Amino acid sequence: MSGIPHDHYEPKTGAEKWLHSRLPIVGLLYDTIMIPTPKNLNWWWIWGIVLAFCLALQIVTGIVLVMHYTPHVDLAFASVEHIMRNVNGGFMIRYLHANGASLFFVAVYIHIFRGLFYGSYKAPREITWIVGMLIYLMMMGTAFMGYVLPWGQMSFWGATVITGLFGAIPLIGEPIQTWLLGGPAVDNATLNRFFSLHYLLPFVIAALVIVHIWAFHTTGNNNPTGVEVRRGSKEEAKKDTLPFWPYFVIKDFLGLAVVLLVFWAVVGFMPNYLGHPDNYIEANPLQTPAHIVPEWYFLPFYAILRAFTSEVWIVQIASFVTGGIVDAKFFGVLAMFGAIAVMALAPWLDTSRVRSGKYRPQFKWWFLLLVIDFFALMWLGAMPAEEPYASFSLIASAYWFGYFLVILPLLGVIEKPDAIPATIEEDFDSHYGKKSEATPAE
Amino acid sequence: MFKTLVTGAAFALALVPAAAFAAGGEAHVEDFAFSFEGPFGTYDQNQLQRGLQIYTEVCSACHGLKQVPIRTLSDEGGPGLPADQVRAYAADNFEVFDAEDDDFRPAEPTDHFPENDGVGAPDLSLMAKSRAGFHGPYGLGINQMIKGMGGAEYIASLLTGYTGETKDEAGTTFYENHAFPGGWISMAPPLSDEQVEFVDGHSNDLHHLAQDVSAFLMWTAEPKMMARKQAGFVGVLFLAVLSVLLYLTNKRLWAPHKGKKTS
Repeated sequence: MSGIPHDHYEPKTGAEKWLHSRLPIVGLLYDTIMIPTPKNLNWWWIWGIVLAFCLALQIVTGIVLVMHYTPHVDLAFASVEHIMRNVNGGFMIRYLHANGASLFFVAVYIHIFRGLFYGSYKAPREITWIVGMLIYLMMMGTAFMGYVLPWGQMSFWGATVITGLFGAIPLIGEPIQTWLLGGPAVDNATLNRFFSLHYLLPFVIAALVIVHIWAFHTTGNNNPTGVEVRRGSKEEAKKDTLPFWPYFVIKDFLGLAVVLLVFWAVVGFMPNYLGHPDNYIEANPLQTPAHIVPEWYFLPFYAILRAFTSEVWIVQIASFVTGGIVDAKFFGVLAMFGAIAVMALAPWLDTSRVRSGKYRPQFKWWFLLLVIDFFALMWLGAMPAEEPYASFSLIASAYWFGYFLVILPLLGVIEKPDAIPATIEEDFDSHYGKKSEATPAE
Repeated sequence: MFKTLVTGAAFALALVPAAAFAAGGEAHVEDFAFSFEGPFGTYDQNQLQRGLQIYTEVCSACHGLKQVPIRTLSDEGGPGLPADQVRAYAADNFEVFDAEDDDFRPAEPTDHFPENDGVGAPDLSLMAKSRAGFHGPYGLGINQMIKGMGGAEYIASLLTGYTGETKDEAGTTFYENHAFPGGWISMAPPLSDEQVEFVDGHSNDLHHLAQDVSAFLMWTAEPKMMARKQAGFVGVLFLAVLSVLLYLTNKRLWAPHKGKKTS
């Protein structure tokens, strides 16, 4: 599977040969788990394992929750309380699932920003990047629908606001919204279909994860230098890599254990920290909460959605040019999805020949600003839609687009990159000193 | 080597909870000291029993607790009443509608506390979790780790927060209360000094009564809190040991491939 030359599985016994000639599954697993991995991967590379763990955690806890949950507007809220009060260990399963979603997004954001810094999206890993973006979109859909299921006030009003976005699409928007909701407003039909899709999408994500892994096992991992593994011969490749098992499995597990330590402390000692108190009030279509705030992981894009009001000149121009078809609301929706689209297009927007941000003196600062921008947008998304937050949101949104559409294409032309190590081996040895091959292990 | 992991953890903790910004913050919530605060805080069984008495004698006139099964009064980590007392309590205090008999009958432990929407008062089952008293520091809410989210403090502040001022608006009397968002609440001051007598003679001034019933309502909202904190503690301990073992394994595993660290 991998383009990096390495030892493959050889069936030895008769039984192994029998199976291998019919279904080479052992060989597939062997090649997957023993894949040569650049030995200079740093700690930012552990988040893939954390993400895989999150998906498993969410599916396992989710399946158990479904055994006790009732997707009906009159019963959903009470069935969640039933889980919290009567089901054995139910309170832990539910808190793990609810906070698991947050861990999932912490991990995916770090994973994405790692990719953005080290240029993991660049050729030949564009497919890995695009599939990753699809997984991220699916995650957002799944998380959004999952948040509706407890049928609290924020569930209901969050669903009303977000599905209302589709109503902003010109002409066909309202029929689409009605079709999505299964009626004119968020109601039992909505709850049922969200429940169905919330159960389905994680398995779609699991399938996409396999494609994601398949893609980067074909190209090989990126690494902090962005220098490719030498592939001239097996011996050459071995100087740059170590097999995934046991070296990276153990290392990743160490990272995972430390992350889970923090996660478990949150679940055990402050499980409602990232939730909204209003969601402990049963949904009431007649009473709108004072502030409708999405979950924290949606806030950056929610801020972009709200930033483009009808006072912004670019919105006015768009509205004028399209004869009013693109109004402020629709512009906001386009901006929100556009913010993710430009990120997905990074492989083609970044013109620099240098892959890793480590060797790009100017890029580093723009990237740091992007990270700050992301947190700023997250903060602004939670703020009321009034001054000065509206202006800040506009500036922060502009930088988000500016980074991908202007800075990435331009930097590749004007920046003078630093010297890059010739090989991964050289980078590794410069950190840890050269070990003679002849030195015995012990 | 843990730098990155620490950064990651800090990232997780730096996430600003939506709740922190959602509440207006104009209301004043006093920081009462409750026994159940912090990672090792536990419910005070006697306090929960006093709170139950206050709820039964005062609050239940208008407020229901429909999510709470009466039998849980004998659960571990709760008021811990003996089973026979729970049976007597249910039968003496509440009547429930039985669809089979098409009539009301005395409540049994397997019933929930009845719903009560006679005067439109909100159900109190989850009140302590549906209000956040604390958002600090700087709106980050990290102090929830130490103090909890402050729902119980909010309730106690509300019960003691009446100023005595009233106003009439559209035929309804509103009472000034500086813990209530907006400052004016339609609930008349429900508790006063020595309104409830305890058999053990425990002090029953307004401050104590408010605190006792708030503790009880924290329990109705989060009945498994003590089991949760214990699971949290065991899990953290286990993961700490696992992390150390994996650290040592990882170090040993990589040693043959690394020279002395030079940078």
